[in-house]
Amino acid sequence: MSSLKPAGGPEIQLYESRKEVFPKAVDGFYRRLKWGIMAITLAIYYITPWIRWDRGPHAPDQAVLVDLANRRFYMFNIEIWPHEFYYVAGLLVMAGIGLFLVTSAVGRAWCGYACPQTVWTDLFQHVERFVDGDRNAQFRLKDAPWGPQKIFKRLSKWAIWLFIAFWTGGAWIMYFADAPTLTVDFWTGQAAMVAYATVGILTAITFIFGGFMREQVCVYMCPWPRIQTAMMDEKSLLVTYKDWRGEERGSVKKAKANPDIYGDCVDCNQCVAVCPTGIDIREGPQIGCITCALCIDACDKVMGQVGRPRGLIDYITADDAEAEAKGAETPPTWKTLLRPRTLVYFGVWAAIGLAMLFTLGNRTRLDIAVQHDRNPVYVQLAGGEIRNSYTAKIRNMESRPREVEIAISGLEGATLWAGGTARPDTQTKLTTKVAADSVAKVRLFVAGPREGGKQAYKMSVRGTDEDAVTDIEELFFERPGE
Amino acid sequence: MADNQRIDEPTGTQTVGHEWDGIEELDTPMPRWWLWTLYATIIWGIVYVILYPAWPMVNSATEGVLGWSSRGDLQQELDARDKELEPIRQALVAGDINTLYEKPELMQAAIEGGRSAFKVHCVQCHGTGADGIRPGSGYPNLNDDEWLWGGDLEAIEYTLVHGIRNPDHSETRFSQMPAFGRDGILSSAEISDLVSHIRVISGEEEQSASATRGAALYESNCAVCHGADGTGDRTQGAPNLTDAISLYGIGRTSLTNTITNSRYGVMPRWGHRLDPATVRMLAAYVHSLGGGEALPAATNADEAVAEEAAGDQAVGEGGKDVQS
Ligand code: SF4
Ligand code: SF4
Repeated sequence: MSSLKPAGGPEIQLYESRKEVFPKAVDGFYRRLKWGIMAITLAIYYITPWIRWDRGPHAPDQAVLVDLANRRFYMFNIEIWPHEFYYVAGLLVMAGIGLFLVTSAVGRAWCGYACPQTVWTDLFQHVERFVDGDRNAQFRLKDAPWGPQKIFKRLSKWAIWLFIAFWTGGAWIMYFADAPTLTVDFWTGQAAMVAYATVGILTAITFIFGGFMREQVCVYMCPWPRIQTAMMDEKSLLVTYKDWRGEERGSVKKAKANPDIYGDCVDCNQCVAVCPTGIDIREGPQIGCITCALCIDACDKVMGQVGRPRGLIDYITADDAEAEAKGAETPPTWKTLLRPRTLVYFGVWAAIGLAMLFTLGNRTRLDIAVQHDRNPVYVQLAGGEIRNSYTAKIRNMESRPREVEIAISGLEGATLWAGGTARPDTQTKLTTKVAADSVAKVRLFVAGPREGGKQAYKMSVRGTDEDAVTDIEELFFERPGE
Repeated sequence: MADNQRIDEPTGTQTVGHEWDGIEELDTPMPRWWLWTLYATIIWGIVYVILYPAWPMVNSATEGVLGWSSRGDLQQELDARDKELEPIRQALVAGDINTLYEKPELMQAAIEGGRSAFKVHCVQCHGTGADGIRPGSGYPNLNDDEWLWGGDLEAIEYTLVHGIRNPDHSETRFSQMPAFGRDGILSSAEISDLVSHIRVISGEEEQSASATRGAALYESNCAVCHGADGTGDRTQGAPNLTDAISLYGIGRTSLTNTITNSRYGVMPRWGHRLDPATVRMLAAYVHSLGGGEALPAATNADEAVAEEAAGDQAVGEGGKDVQS
């Protein structure tokens, strides 16, 4: 589209075109911390579905399993039924408040260390350095013409990326089915179409997001930076270039000649070279900074080499930065971490967690839901009594078959019996069996004297191996009249 | 106007040549992706019109070479479902209906099938709740435990197949009560006495002189069908007069009407309209409503219910499902 090029004028573009980032390898405290966190998060992700957990013969033995087909969610010794989904909602609320907590205390720590985008990009960049060499070699390779060597390097890099991406997608589906079985099925072509599609999509996303989009995801696509920026305050820890200490920038030589003018920054550009998002932290806090702290490591190393104190770039709150710039004392970091705001967040977060644990420990695992026939609501029997009919659903949420007793109380002269059996003379209890981890539907009939109008009574259920009733349903006995 | 075309300096783009008060329009080319998308949609449209019904004609639409139609889709689904159910239908007709309760899974399937068939064929008279619409309507309530012609599975199936009072069918259930008043067999005073007697034996009225007179009349006119004690006779569909249920109402007016003019309730027969499996399903459904007779005793209650629950699961209704 050469006609679009203005003659001589500057090229007009709606978006800044991407400047490719080739972050340099670095070592230091934060780099090692990131290694550690990467190892832990990736291990959790890849290994979790393979952990086994014995639940007896009637339930899957996978420790963490989202069984969509049967609508069950297993997490170690917790089993969640669809009607208990509020526990998952509670977990999400906790995750949300946890993010408030972390962000108000340590800023964008999520972005810098734990976000999958960061972790996988980091991993991919290591691969890139392994194949192509460090920053400068990568620059050279980029500008080099396509030859056998470049093709070989590109292909091997992409192959490794694809391999990692594939395992990432492959691990994901393991959470939704029995992992060993699914693995075999997957490789023998017997897995469900949706499994292959999911792996394909996730492989592509990992490959593209980690290999090519990288910091653009953070800068243009992700909503977190905007939300987190709103949640930070002047007491949140931020990666900050201490300009009052660093400026004027100048080489060691210049500084020696003119100690009054020059600050500590030797203008070596190491902080820019290592930055995975390709920004210059010395321009001040900015949305592109995911606070990965690698520039701190890079700068500390340089400061060590030139014999100046570390921490020219460092985690510091905006308040402390201001105080420090004025030369005032700054409080110890733990004090800024333990301020009312973070404590309140922590309190709410912990309260929700404890409340969930408490209700989890006390929830009933056997309940009954009874639906009264609506049409007709009662039936006149030949013998003069009135019969009401019900459909009861008995929910056995334990991984073992159970024998349960259904009983009625509060209805004088009433008889209870189940569909498919002859009506007994008198009976207010009956037992039935419910398969493990399932709902049994039972047709129930209750007959009682004709007189008395509409009357409230109760139906209860209990396991025959327990004394305590686990659920009570309040019902009405309907009669003619009124 | 085309002569006004020129290259715009700052953008380097050709103008379209129009000019209004010094405002000109750039002839910026369409973005390539946009154009290709447009072409792709045009091709898509052409292919679609060839393959699928598209152009409306006078009576229908062009058919498309694939011959697709939404009705056809539906038919396919229905056929597929029918095929799925075929084994159940076959198993149903193969066995003896009296042993249905021994196969809880099959019984459950039959009940569910009957439930749907009932909605199509039976609700018009018996009501959506199978309760005969209202007491005294003349359409029996199928939920209760009163049966004119018998309430076990076999009897219900027979009634379904052959109907009640179908004059064109020799095996139909048949009986006819005389119209005692209309045909001049009894006087209206006698009918009134008879009504008193019937209301006494059904527990609606206190003993009275009229009822005593009625008892004698009953003895000579009614007992032959309804039995000496008034408990009826199922072989001829003569209702039990002593229980709490009456098909046409137990009030004096209604009873007087019944004795004077008789009643002649008709139920169509379904043997020649529905296939045997559907009839059997209907029988199972009606039997399951609560009044069914000849059931396993309640002492076996536990096992039967458990099995039913298990069967339920296999049929795919309950099981791991949470429906409420
Ligand atoms: S900006 Fe978004 S994608 Fe990037 S590291 Fe933060 S949370 Fe992850
Ligand atoms: S400026 Fe520093 S902390 Fe921020 S993203 Fe770059 S290297 Fe990480």
